[in-house]
Amino acid sequence: MENNNYAIETNDLSIHYGKFTAVKGVNVKVERQKITAIIGPSGCGKSTLLRAFNRMNDFVTGCHVTGELLLQGQNLYGGNVDPVEVRRKIGMVFQKPNPFPKSIYENIAWGARINGFKGKMDELVEQSLQSAALWDEVKDKLQESAYALSGGQQQRLCIARTIAIQPKIILKDEPASALDPISTLRIEELMQELKKNYTIIIVTHNMQQAARASDYTAMMMIDDQRAGGVIEFDETKAIFTRPKDKRTEDYVTGRFG
Amino acid sequence: MSNQQTNYPEGAAFYSALRTRYRIASVWQSLFLSALLIAIVTLTALLYNVIDGAFGYIAYEYKDAPAEFTSTPINELTQQELLVILKENLSTGAYNKLNNEKPMEERSQADLLNLFLERLVRIDTKATWSMTDSLLRGDEIRAEVAEKYPDAILEFRSWLTPQFLVAPMSSRAEFAGVRTAVLGSLWLVGIAILFALPVGTGAAVYLQEYAPKNWLTNIIQTNINNLAGVPSIVYGMLGLALFVRVLEPLTSGAIFGVTDSNGRTILAAGLTMGILVLPVMIINAQEAIKAVPDSLRQAAFGVGATRWQTIWHHVLPNALPGILTGSILALSRALGETAPLIVVGASTFISLDPEGPFSKFTALPIQIYQWTTRAQSEFHAIAAGAIIVLLVLLLTLNATAIFLRNRFQRRW
Repeated sequence: MENNNYAIETNDLSIHYGKFTAVKGVNVKVERQKITAIIGPSGCGKSTLLRAFNRMNDFVTGCHVTGELLLQGQNLYGGNVDPVEVRRKIGMVFQKPNPFPKSIYENIAWGARINGFKGKMDELVEQSLQSAALWDEVKDKLQESAYALSGGQQQRLCIARTIAIQPKIILKDEPASALDPISTLRIEELMQELKKNYTIIIVTHNMQQAARASDYTAMMMIDDQRAGGVIEFDETKAIFTRPKDKRTEDYVTGRFG
Repeated sequence: MSNQQTNYPEGAAFYSALRTRYRIASVWQSLFLSALLIAIVTLTALLYNVIDGAFGYIAYEYKDAPAEFTSTPINELTQQELLVILKENLSTGAYNKLNNEKPMEERSQADLLNLFLERLVRIDTKATWSMTDSLLRGDEIRAEVAEKYPDAILEFRSWLTPQFLVAPMSSRAEFAGVRTAVLGSLWLVGIAILFALPVGTGAAVYLQEYAPKNWLTNIIQTNINNLAGVPSIVYGMLGLALFVRVLEPLTSGAIFGVTDSNGRTILAAGLTMGILVLPVMIINAQEAIKAVPDSLRQAAFGVGATRWQTIWHHVLPNALPGILTGSILALSRALGETAPLIVVGASTFISLDPEGPFSKFTALPIQIYQWTTRAQSEFHAIAAGAIIVLLVLLLTLNATAIFLRNRFQRRW
């Protein structure tokens, strides 16, 4: 199979809202089992780009995508691709923890059930919670409401829910921005565990988090037509120590704006 | 304070301006308070007016004194004694007619006592007084009755009695009840809600979750909002044209083998009420669906759910309390509507319980309307009683709405 090292590739990917181009001409190759961070100032299209990866933008009226998004050589925006299948393969964790208003157990079992999971549900729930480092905290209250958990626990439950459907890639949209520093640290530690099995793409506002936790970093910035684009994409170390673009340097060193 | 020149008032000027601001605020506050007071006074007056009419003195005479039929006091008559009295004194034709409606032996003592009073003793109401008059001018009333109607019996009566609730319609106010009307109303709102709840929810789900946001959807949405404000009589005309006339084979039950009715049935009226509340139903269900946070939909889509799975497992269950609350409010509206029922052809006098969707019917508001237009004052009193019944029904429904909302409500 071609380009085996890459989990996902974009080929001149642009995202438009009606006539307005929000993200323009993105060309990145995301490596397998690595953590790739997307950074950049507010409104530069980080989340829009991330949502394009599993076609969550399909729900936004007037939003359309040009260019190619390749998963193992297959264009996910090709005419014969079902977005439901895309989201099954590329899971997503959102900015605010959004567990279902159901029990902890059901939060994980529901996604599995609707996708036709045939194995032992109890085992899947336990494994997923183990992988999300949440099992020990909730094993005695699986039937209680997920809303009884703390924000950090809820976010890990959302990660467990995503793991349970066994995606290839996990997208995280500022997963720790609504959490306190301790919960944030746990999510970051968890990501290091998860990258053994999954490719992770994370949007973050937090420079230290990107520097600490990611292997690759994509720097985004808007141009004079207010269209966002990736201005630099490299190993995280390189982005933070010897950025090639002056704007990246200004941004990562806090001199931006 | 710095010497810096500011464009804001300082010192005395500041306090003077502040006093003005407080004065304006207190004027507005008292205006809002008086608006509230007007509302409270109006509602209290409404309630008082209704209750005032439903209780009070009544002066009546017996056309034929009970003593002419029996020596036992009226209240102590047994079922057997009443049977004998009725058989002896009623004409054979009248007795057989009653017996055909329901065998006399099977009738209860209360039922027979009513027949005795209605057919033989024949109560003749001379005058009635409101509750306020009865309480404040008791002596005057007694004097007046003693002078004008020396034979009359004066008693303080509650027109709202258990008997009033279970008795069917009667041409005499003393024996009339709301049973037929209450049953008719329940049938009506039942059919209306069976029609409007699924159709309204379905339309709302389509509009909120599926319909593209374009000019056509906008036009439809605007029209639904406007339809909610169309006068109810217009829906009555629609019901008459559509359900009573065009769909007569269906609404009369002809295609189900019912032969003895026309299109003016409970079914036609119930469906009319159904379309009447449909716009409100749709708007309300839309609001309930809108209130389900988008994060929940995204969570479901994020784990690979289809749109239908998202709607069925997450959107609808979480919108349900809102939809239920709205449907019960819609139901309250259907319960109180009068005009469309008159157009669709409610019967004003009917003493048989509705037996099914193809029966003729009457409803509480129709009954109240009919009684208030009668000349005799005792009918106004039972109209007041029926209004209380209607209000209690409405309050019960609203209480159910609040209960359901609290019971199923979820928080996120």
